[in-house]
Amino acid sequence: MLYFSRLKVFSIISVIFIGIYFFLPNLTFFNNSKFFSEKRVNLGLDLQGGSYLLLEIDSNPLIEQRLQAKSLEVRRELRKNNIQYKNFSFSKDSLVFIFDEKQKETLDKILNDRLINSNIKTGGKEFEIIYENNIIKLIFTKENVNLIKKNALDQSIEIVRNRIDELGTKEPNIVTRGLDRILVELPGLKDPSAIKKLLGKTAKLTLRFVANSSDENSLGVETLSSKSSGSQYSVEKRIIISGENLIDAQPGFDQLNNSSVVNFKLDNIGSRKFALASKENVGRYLAIVLDKDVVSSPVIREAIVTGSGQISGNFTTQEANELAILLRAGALPAPLNIIEERSVGPDLGKESIEKGILSLIIGFLLVMIYMIYNYRIFGVFSNVSLLTNLVLISGVLSIFGATLTLPGIAGIILTVGMAVDSNVLIYERVKEELKKEKNYLIAFDTAYKKVLTTILDSNVTTLIAAIVLYYMGSGPVKGFAITLGIGILSTFFTTYVLGRLLVAKYIKNNKETTIVI
Amino acid sequence: MNIYNKKYNFLKFKKSFLVLSTILFAISLGAFFAKGLNLGVDFKGGTVIEMKLAQPYNSEDIRKSLLKINLGDVVVKEFGSSREFLATIEKKGKNNDFVGSIKKHLESDLAREFDFRRVEVVGSKISKELTKSGLYSVVLALFLMLIYIWIRFEWQFSLGSILALIHDVVITIGAFSLVGFEFNLSIVAAILTIVGYSMNDTVVIYDRIREFLKIDDRQDIQELINDAVNSTLPRTLKTSVTTLLALVSIYVFGGEILKGFSFALIWGVLIGTYSSIFVAAPILVFFKVKRNWDEEVDTTP
Repeated sequence: MLYFSRLKVFSIISVIFIGIYFFLPNLTFFNNSKFFSEKRVNLGLDLQGGSYLLLEIDSNPLIEQRLQAKSLEVRRELRKNNIQYKNFSFSKDSLVFIFDEKQKETLDKILNDRLINSNIKTGGKEFEIIYENNIIKLIFTKENVNLIKKNALDQSIEIVRNRIDELGTKEPNIVTRGLDRILVELPGLKDPSAIKKLLGKTAKLTLRFVANSSDENSLGVETLSSKSSGSQYSVEKRIIISGENLIDAQPGFDQLNNSSVVNFKLDNIGSRKFALASKENVGRYLAIVLDKDVVSSPVIREAIVTGSGQISGNFTTQEANELAILLRAGALPAPLNIIEERSVGPDLGKESIEKGILSLIIGFLLVMIYMIYNYRIFGVFSNVSLLTNLVLISGVLSIFGATLTLPGIAGIILTVGMAVDSNVLIYERVKEELKKEKNYLIAFDTAYKKVLTTILDSNVTTLIAAIVLYYMGSGPVKGFAITLGIGILSTFFTTYVLGRLLVAKYIKNNKETTIVI
Repeated sequence: MNIYNKKYNFLKFKKSFLVLSTILFAISLGAFFAKGLNLGVDFKGGTVIEMKLAQPYNSEDIRKSLLKINLGDVVVKEFGSSREFLATIEKKGKNNDFVGSIKKHLESDLAREFDFRRVEVVGSKISKELTKSGLYSVVLALFLMLIYIWIRFEWQFSLGSILALIHDVVITIGAFSLVGFEFNLSIVAAILTIVGYSMNDTVVIYDRIREFLKIDDRQDIQELINDAVNSTLPRTLKTSVTTLLALVSIYVFGGEILKGFSFALIWGVLIGTYSSIFVAAPILVFFKVKRNWDEEVDTTP
């Protein structure tokens, strides 16, 4: 146990040097040296400041929309085949109607036809059919609902990305979580309220006509209000052009009315549609609707053929800015709710680092003093392993670009406390062996041998805890699991391998003197 | 006191200690069910705001001001200094600018500037998920360790160590219930660490018991276990001391955010050390431990 071949010594020293190489760039004065790698320990949001937002898509309106579209299709098909039906109605995820039981067979055939009941993407069924006497219920399959959700998620994440990029935050991390969630991490952001405001709107822009008073009661009209003025409008449901036809939107200033406006440009299709509609409806009022809010309602004076227009709605400069960003970034398919937010200001982060490092240094010193007090020269060996351990943990964190959080720093300190455990185990065992065996070499050798299983067993159990934490935990807690886990592995190396090397050299060089432990 | 030469008879009072542990266990369970835990927003949902002012202020005025705007239950306490406060608010706000509006209200109502240094808003759906995963993680960790110890030792050891671990977890939760410290995600992390640490301690003692069982089959089992506990005692105590030194350093210098976390760990190390010596080891006397380790006969059905 105490013999090390040259190759072994060489590899141990190499590992330490690799650790040092990756550790050094984390210290500020080595920061800019070309010699070192670019990799650094990532600071978690709780240490560098920033925001963590978890957004959930409210996909219910989307499913409802799909259901409505499906119902039109189903009804058309039923009429085509002369199937009698009545009491057609919707519930949350299903269509219900009453049918004539004599026609059940034909009905069943129609509803199971691939033309009407198949999921384009997966080829499976789009809805399931449940019969209850003469009542039939069509329920969207789970597969189909998940597909709707997934599509909404894919669209939304792009738009969320666009909106956040427009605000110019540095290195945002935007990823999907599960079926209907988006995780947004914004490091270094001081105040997330602007971004939260931007993410809170779906920003569906539509241009429609205000209904003529004559056809007010018809089905194609809805009543909308204006947030800024409070007045009500009856607006046609028919959409002339929508936000998808926009190619640009910029904030501007209207000298005439002395207020901020948003200028927009339409694409080719939009321009043509808008030109046609405006030509035929000169004199009518237009409603510019953003998420059910009538932003403004200008009158059409002449045909608009340039494909550009202006939205003026008594905006402040900031509001005009926001609206322009929202229009450029595009509309969300469904509303997003922030279901979890964790923000830390940059100065608190800095304070946490300072306090974390202070407690690390003090904890470290206390443990080192205690070890020297207990084991003299062997305490020094154990402290050398401990320092190496710290360097290795930081090195490994840097290599993998792992994230260091405040609980992560606590994890390192805890590792320091527990790392010496292996040393304590060994040295205590040596003391026991020395009672029976006078030869130091043999005593140390048996101690190392006997203690190995104990060290393994006890470290595996802590490692189990760390792994479970890593998979179950989130954010800061995950950071704790990472440092704890890496700490356990590097502890084994530094105490059992490096520590043993130091002890072996020492004993061999001091064969003649009495060793005090 | 020289821990090397003296031999303590730990098992002499094994029944008294087991009774003591049972009482602590019962008190903890009682406190948990009667008083409950002071759950943080992670598990309850709601809003936490850590704020800082330029001048010292008092928490009661902040609380009164917050109560004016209908936020449900509001708790405000000093957080580290008389310029820093932590507000825990029951509501989480549907509006995406919920926190911004609270800040505006405070600044206009109390006519001073507030720096919101840390904000955590947790929706009820998330808090339920976090509770579930927190619970799962503790149970899963215990289960995995049970399996590991079973593979490495015999079932008696596995059972003994798990009982000791459950003992530690329950008494730590009981302490949180009685003291009223906030119970949040990082406390769950601390409990898992305690589980790892306590297991570590137990395994060291068990390893020694196993070693003695292999070489010595004349001894009375109680005496044998007592010898094992005694011969590992220096290590048990010294490791506890070094770990505590590190933890106390976090508790004192690590700042307010880590207070609860390090408290849980300190408490857990104390309980874990106690349980390894006074629960995990003596309990083996009651289970019939396999005495003959020379023949590798598998007697499990």
